[in-house]
Amino acid sequence: MRHIIVATSALAISALPLHAQNFNDPEEFAKQQEQLQAEPMGPEGQPWLQHIGDSMVETADLGVEAPATVCFSNAGVNNPWRVVGYTNMTEEVANHESIENFIHVDAEGSDDKQIADIDDLLAGGDCDVMIVSPNTTAALTPAVERACEAMPVIVFDRGVNTDCPVTFVHPVGGYGFGIQGAEFIVDNVEEGSNVLMLRILPGVDVLETRYSAGRRILDEAGMNIVGAEFTDGDNAKTKSIVEDYLQRGEIDAVWMDAGATAVAAIEAFEDSGYDIPVFVGEDQQDFLRKWQEEDMTAIAPTYPTYQWRTAVIAAARVIEGEAVPGPEWVLPQPAITQDNLDEFVNPAMPPLHYAMCGCEEMENYPEAWGGN
Amino acid sequence: MTDTGSPRSSALRRRLSQINPVWVLLVLLIAAIIFMNPRFVEPTGYMNFLKRAAPLAILAAGQVYVIVSGGFDLSVGSLITLVVVGSSMLTNNDPAATYWVIPLMLTMGLGVGAINGLIVCFLRVPSLIATLGMMITLNGLAFLWSGGAPRGYLPDTFRFFGRELIRDVPLVRFIPVSVLVLIVVVGVFAWAMHRTNLGRHIHAIGDNPVAARLAGVPVNRVRITAFMISGLSGAIAGILLGGFAGVSTDVGAGYELQAITAAVLGGAQLLGGKGSVPAAFGGALALTAIFTLLNFLGLPQPVRQVVQGLILIAAVALAMHRRKQTGT
Repeated sequence: MRHIIVATSALAISALPLHAQNFNDPEEFAKQQEQLQAEPMGPEGQPWLQHIGDSMVETADLGVEAPATVCFSNAGVNNPWRVVGYTNMTEEVANHESIENFIHVDAEGSDDKQIADIDDLLAGGDCDVMIVSPNTTAALTPAVERACEAMPVIVFDRGVNTDCPVTFVHPVGGYGFGIQGAEFIVDNVEEGSNVLMLRILPGVDVLETRYSAGRRILDEAGMNIVGAEFTDGDNAKTKSIVEDYLQRGEIDAVWMDAGATAVAAIEAFEDSGYDIPVFVGEDQQDFLRKWQEEDMTAIAPTYPTYQWRTAVIAAARVIEGEAVPGPEWVLPQPAITQDNLDEFVNPAMPPLHYAMCGCEEMENYPEAWGGN
Repeated sequence: MTDTGSPRSSALRRRLSQINPVWVLLVLLIAAIIFMNPRFVEPTGYMNFLKRAAPLAILAAGQVYVIVSGGFDLSVGSLITLVVVGSSMLTNNDPAATYWVIPLMLTMGLGVGAINGLIVCFLRVPSLIATLGMMITLNGLAFLWSGGAPRGYLPDTFRFFGRELIRDVPLVRFIPVSVLVLIVVVGVFAWAMHRTNLGRHIHAIGDNPVAARLAGVPVNRVRITAFMISGLSGAIAGILLGGFAGVSTDVGAGYELQAITAAVLGGAQLLGGKGSVPAAFGGALALTAIFTLLNFLGLPQPVRQVVQGLILIAAVALAMHRRKQTGT
């Protein structure tokens, strides 16, 4: 079934070359490279409250009174990243007295369902503020525009093609993720080294931009990219692909666009009797633990799940009439490195818990996130 | 030998035409892989290949029982997921738990198969629908159990079967444990299918259930047994896959269709009455060889999928053509 979905989406994308988004935009690349270096504003040590850039949006005249009902149209809770994020969100809601009710509707990964969900929420008339995490950018734009006419809207994670929301909460972005990993490889192996790039799927904007940024840096540094393979996010397939590459030659570094299958890729080296090369993973606990246990040379760029907290904080500020960073609330996007690895490893947490959750100080941590 | 009409050469030709085309396909694919990657002939090459094919081959061997009895089993993919997710929850990082979790998972596989069989036999739901419903149900259970993200690791004792190698073996240097499991399971399944009364009964009810009943075959019991064997194969495949690559919440996705494809590549007849365990094993190896070859060719993903789909249709069309010619 997964193959069918991948094939259909790949065909759909190749059939629309004129309308396809540009996933390799040098301007956006340069902007995100700069944002990675920028000093964020806001309280230190609480990155979910910080923002890059100083533009603010006033919300006092939006006509919402406390306490109010916040409605959340969610693209889905269909992968571990979203599971962690959604837990952050529900825990954050409990921190705000100004949020009287929190209504969650899950679109289960379907554009059509999410459009219908938003229209239903509008027709229901219970919502005062709406948070939207869009399933895809273009498809959800008209629905978000309709919601904007009725109430203040906050968008996070993926964006929409309209500036009507009060603010759009997101970390630096996909280019930034790709840059952090690839620069680490360039710093840790010699020019001309063999790099294997592993990707999940083609055609997903946040993943395509990670790849294009990573590829640009590796190419410019003169690395020999032995292959760029799609793993479908499947452990067994990832392990098989790496084993096949190892049969044909040496690999000095592995770059991944997401870390869920990183441990399977590492095991391919172990089981074939090779040393583990330089690795780019992500902030999942299983990868961080493996990194610590095996004393690897590695980095974990993150796409922080604490942005789910920030979306709720933005909604609460709208209700309370306080200014919020906008029209884009750009959150810092830190990478986990050898220097701070120990702060993030926690064997009590589930293997695919995303460590950069900003949730360690919250009341129900770790139980609510599945930890012991 | 120019006298093509002689009895000896026609006997030879008849014997050649009796070779299942899946073996010819497999030999061609393996030759192409070796051409692309000469190191495939080393133990690391072919043993990795067999290790990778083992879960699918076991699943296909189990699926043949259901197909020959005249049904489908679509629930095995999500059964694999449930086995992997459930094992990680139950072992809870305790290496000693493996010794009761594995028998429990095998029992669960048999149980799921028994329920499938009971639904088909007594509620008269067609197997396609019964096992489709079971597939959705089991996926939901796996999601409920895990909360959508894996909650635990599988201990090394559990992963032994899918991950470890037995080293210092003469001739081949090493054998993955999963390959030993593969040989034993396919051997037992082949024996039960082709050398016992159960196998004859399964062929009989798939060929003509009414005639089988009149001849005294306990149709329901045989049909339920077929589903139980398929469920057992799903549980074994899940244990191997979890061992090979660790926990994820969609490990089994798509395996049910691959298992049916492998069985059909091996010449199993979709409406029952005909099929062979060794040929389904060959079909699973051929299918894995197609995947491997396309990886080695380095084609872009969408092209691979187009080629893969076309090869499958062509291979099955060829098998059908041959069946018509030989009248079997």
